[in-house]
Amino acid sequence: MAATLDMTRYRGRQVQSRIALGLACAATSVGLFVLGTILLTLLWNGLSALHPTILTQMTPAPGSKGGLLNAIAGTIAMTTVGVALGTPVGILAGTWIAEYSRGSVLAQMVQFVNDILLSAPSIIVGLFVYELMVVPMGHFSAWAGSVALAILVVPVVLRTTVDMLGLVPSALREAAAALGTPKWRTVTMVCYRAAMQGMLTGIMLAVARVSGETAPLLFTALNNQFWSTNMNAPMANLPVVIFQFALSPYEDWQHLAWGGAILITFTILTLNILARFLATLSSLKQ
Amino acid sequence: MTVTDSATISAASSARKTALTLRGPQKLFDLLFGGSTIFFAALVLLILGGVVFSLVSGSRLAFSTFGTDFIFSQFWNPVTSKFGARAPIYGTLMTSFIAMLFGVPISFGIAVFLTEVCPPVLKRPLSVAIELLAGIPSIIYGIWGLFFLAPFMQSYVEPYLTSTLGAVPGLGILFSGPPLGIGILTAGIILAIMIIPFISSIMREVFETVPVMLKESAYGIGCTTWEVMWNIVLPYTRVGVIGGVMLGLGRAMGETMAVTFVIGNSHRIASSLLAPGQTISSTLANEFTEATEDLYTSSLIALGLILFVITFIVLSFAKVMLIRANRQAGN
Amino acid sequence: MNMITTKLFGVLAVGAISVASIGSAQAIDISGAGATFPYPIYSKWAENYKKITGVGLNYQSIGSGGGVKQIKAKTVDFGATDAPLTGSELSSAGLTQFPMVIGGIVPVVNIPGIASGQLKLTGPILADIYLGKVTTWKDPEIAAVNPGLALPDLSIAPIYRSDGSGTTYNFTYYLAAVKPEWKDTVGVNKSVDFPVGLGGKGNEGVAAFTSRTAGSIGYVEFAYALQNNLPFALMQNKDGNFVAPNSAAFQAAASGADWASIPGFGLILANQAGPTVWPMTAATFILMYKQQDKPDVAKAALSFFDYALTKGQQDALKLDYVPLPDALVQQIEASWKSITAADGSQIWK
Repeated sequence: MAATLDMTRYRGRQVQSRIALGLACAATSVGLFVLGTILLTLLWNGLSALHPTILTQMTPAPGSKGGLLNAIAGTIAMTTVGVALGTPVGILAGTWIAEYSRGSVLAQMVQFVNDILLSAPSIIVGLFVYELMVVPMGHFSAWAGSVALAILVVPVVLRTTVDMLGLVPSALREAAAALGTPKWRTVTMVCYRAAMQGMLTGIMLAVARVSGETAPLLFTALNNQFWSTNMNAPMANLPVVIFQFALSPYEDWQHLAWGGAILITFTILTLNILARFLATLSSLKQ
Repeated sequence: MTVTDSATISAASSARKTALTLRGPQKLFDLLFGGSTIFFAALVLLILGGVVFSLVSGSRLAFSTFGTDFIFSQFWNPVTSKFGARAPIYGTLMTSFIAMLFGVPISFGIAVFLTEVCPPVLKRPLSVAIELLAGIPSIIYGIWGLFFLAPFMQSYVEPYLTSTLGAVPGLGILFSGPPLGIGILTAGIILAIMIIPFISSIMREVFETVPVMLKESAYGIGCTTWEVMWNIVLPYTRVGVIGGVMLGLGRAMGETMAVTFVIGNSHRIASSLLAPGQTISSTLANEFTEATEDLYTSSLIALGLILFVITFIVLSFAKVMLIRANRQAGN
Repeated sequence: MNMITTKLFGVLAVGAISVASIGSAQAIDISGAGATFPYPIYSKWAENYKKITGVGLNYQSIGSGGGVKQIKAKTVDFGATDAPLTGSELSSAGLTQFPMVIGGIVPVVNIPGIASGQLKLTGPILADIYLGKVTTWKDPEIAAVNPGLALPDLSIAPIYRSDGSGTTYNFTYYLAAVKPEWKDTVGVNKSVDFPVGLGGKGNEGVAAFTSRTAGSIGYVEFAYALQNNLPFALMQNKDGNFVAPNSAAFQAAASGADWASIPGFGLILANQAGPTVWPMTAATFILMYKQQDKPDVAKAALSFFDYALTKGQQDALKLDYVPLPDALVQQIEASWKSITAADGSQIWK
């Protein structure tokens, strides 16, 4: 009697589990469906713009032939500098919280403040850097744009670093300590290595987030119609070009905007795959 | 491992450290590394301090002119220079709430699917595909929302909602009015889509850190897959999961461009979710570039400050929840 | 991991330094920012001008409000705005202002069964629609000016620009000029508190909502309406004639106007008199300092504007803008004599 009751209850739990997993499948399909429609919209509108000249020519005026070379170069330069500035700050600050602070009030404060920074609208960050750099310097510059992007990178990287280091089993640290390993080596060689996949995800999310941001660049790096590699002057960048071109009346500009969006999306995809590949490769080596 | 064990180990290791007296360079590196971590942690505080300072000094004029009316009044009239933040505050809270309502369960479902159900061959491509959603520039979401989601909502979803939920007493008022396709609900849904990759990739990442032994033991005593997820994995990873949710919420509240295209940009609060509205970020994106008068600019910056305060309150709330959850878990 | 990060940062750092160091070789000569409406034509002129002279002029659209703020903050060499500054604003900031090019604002409609250019509207009707007083296309006020046109019994959905824009400024300026009630209740600005309707982001947003909603009416820039074949309505001008929006009608508005009457040529071409005038015409303006810290940059900028106002006229027409009348160009270039270097010497001779 009791056994059959248990069996029915067990079957009930099995059904519950099946339903829940079915819903999980449904959720994934919804996600993939949405992704599919967005990508289709993107390809539908942008494929015709993906001519080789998009990579070799400068942003044109309406009615002229051209590409997005200056904007692509500018975006690469500013995103690289922004990520290079922001990632170490995020990782090291996150390391302090996870490894050194022992849950002190200051650590909780930093983490809290970081969460607030996460949701700061990017336009506010842009305005802050405008006041901080553009006004004193007297002109817009790619440096200012990079700093604005870096400020957006920090909270994402910090948050994931703290979370991922928190998941590294403390036994690992203790084992390292028992061997007399200095703390900095424990953190860099043991903890970072264990948390690498997760931290890379964080950096990738940060790159993904900043590479499409228009608002923080509009008031800092401005944009540039021409080729410029001067980090101390206005620099062309894809998000602002996409924004200006997509909302213009002219069809050739609109096409270029869609082409630019495809470039950003698929560059992120490539970077993502590459980062994961590198991570797997290095973990295989050990 | 028991408490005494780890205490002995750490005591032993610190004893060893002093006994070995780390050689010069190693000690220096340790100091440098530790020092640089705290330096950068302090830098994060400084950045926020700077942002808040510039917001406070920028918004002083608006608050001194309107006082608390600025928060509660619904007027937003650049011609007469009368500004109030009630409609954008309501819109920000409502759209973020809708985004979380849809975004969190779907992200959780995706993470569960990818860690527990998905065949290993598909795991990598599918997770990359979902993360790809995070790489699409937000203006593309906006244009997609304008040309795809809004017509879809207008022709199918909203008429259906009006005819079903709209008839329910009390609840009906949220789903009344003509189906415009744009409005608070559509904006919330677009935000949900935008935060899914953030939340789901973090969740997937932390789910995978759960020690296999824990899960195996649960399966061993007869737990179903779902029970393992819900009772073992989720509690084990709750801090990381909440972190991911916060990441998503942050993005939802701060998103500008995509929302601007589909929210309808009205500074009046309507009872219906199908009606146009306004969020703090969309107001900033719409009007900041064109504002010249000092009071107008100051009011917009004040909106930004209010968003910071809202975030502060929401995060404090989340923190309290987390502490309570920890206490229940017995830690 | 450590190796990879070290290498990665190494590469990033080297990349950053090399990018920075190539930098200084070439510099942008002139930079300007502001209004969105003239951005396409300024970029066309800049492209051609660079080919001829090698001088690069980088203009970026950050909004008229941004243009005014940036020139005041001295982060750019010139600003651009769709809403002209008043004489007192100009003199208190030490700025000079002149128009560059003209465009128009067009009402676009979506009424099933009615083709582009069939519907006729007057200024007061347009104002009543956006005030929420005329709510259906069968309204007798509309029928009175459209005899013989079968208007449907459909409610009107007014669409407006949600983002602050010079287009909205000129549109509301016109409505205020023809309907005192508009001036008293709503007013004139780059964004106003519209009593009814739905806000679309940019021309794009207005066009999308209009084309999707039967019975809707919106307003967009002429170039946008033309390039995207949006169905427009005819407008009654001050002389009582119904006209279609086209370059000739905008030009008529500009040539009849008395530009010198307002300091900084800050004239808004709403509701100008003349038989063929389009009533919602508008110019866009440049802002520069009267006293220049960098006279060589200022001189290069003025040479560029001279090129744009004279040789650049064909380019403007090709992109559906309207060049300024010759007499006005002469007045503008004469006004440049007031721009001086720090020592008081004239920059433009």
